[in-house]
Amino acid sequence: MPHILVDNIVKTFRIAQRRPGLWGALHGVVRREYRAIRALDRVSFELDPGELVGYIGPNGAGKSTTVKVLSGILVPDSGRCEIDGRIPWRNRIANAANIGVVFGQRTQLWWDLPVIESFDLLRDIYRIGSGDYERARDELAALMDLEPLYDVPVRQLSLGQRMRCDLAAALLHAPSVLFLDEPTIGLDAVSKLAVRDFIKRLNRERGVTVVLTTHDMDDIEALCDRVMVIGHGKILSDSTLDDLRARVTRERRLIIDLLDEGQAIEDPDVTFISRSGNRVHLQFDPDRVPTAALISRITAKYAIKDLFVENPPIEEIISRLYDEHELR
Amino acid sequence: MANPLALYSHYVSISLRSQMQYRVSFLLGTLGQLFSTGVEFIGILALFDRFGSLNQWSLAEVAFFYGIVNVAFAVTDMLSRGFDHVGQLVRTGEFDRMLLRPRSTVLQLIGQEFTLKRLGRFLQGGAVLLWAAIYLDIDWSPSVVALTVITIGCGACFFLGLFINIGTVSFWTTETLELMNVLTYGGIEASKYPLAIYRAWFRRFFTMVIPMGCVTYFPVLAILGRSDPLGTSLAFQYLAPLFGLFYFILSLFIWRLGLRHYRSTGS
Repeated sequence: MPHILVDNIVKTFRIAQRRPGLWGALHGVVRREYRAIRALDRVSFELDPGELVGYIGPNGAGKSTTVKVLSGILVPDSGRCEIDGRIPWRNRIANAANIGVVFGQRTQLWWDLPVIESFDLLRDIYRIGSGDYERARDELAALMDLEPLYDVPVRQLSLGQRMRCDLAAALLHAPSVLFLDEPTIGLDAVSKLAVRDFIKRLNRERGVTVVLTTHDMDDIEALCDRVMVIGHGKILSDSTLDDLRARVTRERRLIIDLLDEGQAIEDPDVTFISRSGNRVHLQFDPDRVPTAALISRITAKYAIKDLFVENPPIEEIISRLYDEHELR
Repeated sequence: MANPLALYSHYVSISLRSQMQYRVSFLLGTLGQLFSTGVEFIGILALFDRFGSLNQWSLAEVAFFYGIVNVAFAVTDMLSRGFDHVGQLVRTGEFDRMLLRPRSTVLQLIGQEFTLKRLGRFLQGGAVLLWAAIYLDIDWSPSVVALTVITIGCGACFFLGLFINIGTVSFWTTETLELMNVLTYGGIEASKYPLAIYRAWFRRFFTMVIPMGCVTYFPVLAILGRSDPLGTSLAFQYLAPLFGLFYFILSLFIWRLGLRHYRSTGS
């Protein structure tokens, strides 16, 4: 049985239409007109225990609606969904005790209180036994170096510190699933790495299933083997990152550092992208010309200091996928 | 391990500690409440000084009604802040966070803020009640003492039900809730006086539709040992506070309907 099962979930919202101006506002009071928006349009996927999957899509594509359905906040119009055999919206309380949710933009900690008091309150909210609680708390504190922060009121924490505390807060009750909504948003480079490293360990060492929603493609690249892309309420792609890349584009980047700045590289199989100083960015299709053949041809013809081959950045892959589905 | 009551006292202790971080604000808030409710009562004193009595009700009797309602309302006021903020919590997404926790939303909302500065109203109402109780010749038999406590408790339940109603309405509309405020605060003001002084349609509205009158007026008659100008029996007067409890339970059911609506529309 899959850990998380989502089968043909449909969710429609009715948005009240407002007409402009005072008359419009009055009109809205008397007779409201609604427009139906299909936030989730037959979304289906399955996750096995211990998977770490990236869930991406432009704003308004249906990411947070999916998370709200899975966490039991929202009841869908139709479709089936189970986490550990439980239907989230029917068993909200049992389901809530089994999942952890972190929103990068909002904290679940109590603003005026020292961090440790929020943790203690969560122990009572989640009915965690005191032995289990202390073990979980101390382990999380050791992993993310939280102890120095225990006595600091949450409002005085930096964004990175707060995110570490929020991650711990979502995990005190040892959930089997963790939903992360933009956990690295606004963090500095060091904090980002620390958060990523923690998520990876959590997933590898404890087998927690993680659903990661993000706009930061470096998060995806660093963490996720599997990526689901949603747009207009539909799952557009569900595969490994490599397969996604291969499907959207076969192109590779060839980056060359020339010895002489003035030189221009011309070859029938490459397209010029950009140039800065003596570094030239080129693009080629390995199906049309084998990489090794292209490189030996170019090195024979031009004076080259260094050269390397790269995949196009993930941002570009995603942006092309969005373009294909007219998501902008 | 935390049963609802233990969790609630944890919420209270946390709420108190964060209010104590702003000690001056707390003190000013409490004094402000004491002062404003005090002025309100001085208004009543002035009226009685001019007119002597109100439809055969003496100052001390009206003060007893006033004290009972204010004490019960102060208790509710300390508990119910969260329900005033439902609209705001929904807008900011905080309410979703409550749904993400394995606890009832009502418990979390009651626990959201224990408003200590309402102590001002509690102290003022208590003082008026005490004065009236000493001044009036009340036969403090065990059953009368019990009825007084039950009346205050059920009154607080009733008022809490009203605030839950306000919170429920904000699942449907985020517009200002002035109409609801007229019903609740207006009704609470009205119930500070003996129901018998009002016109029949007004009395009926506050007995049948919103049983505000039941929870204070009828039991207080029994406590004061007065016969009812409206002609109710003593047994009814003893049972009347239970309407407050029923109303509270009813408002919990309506809350669940609101919650169901929210969880199907998400707005």
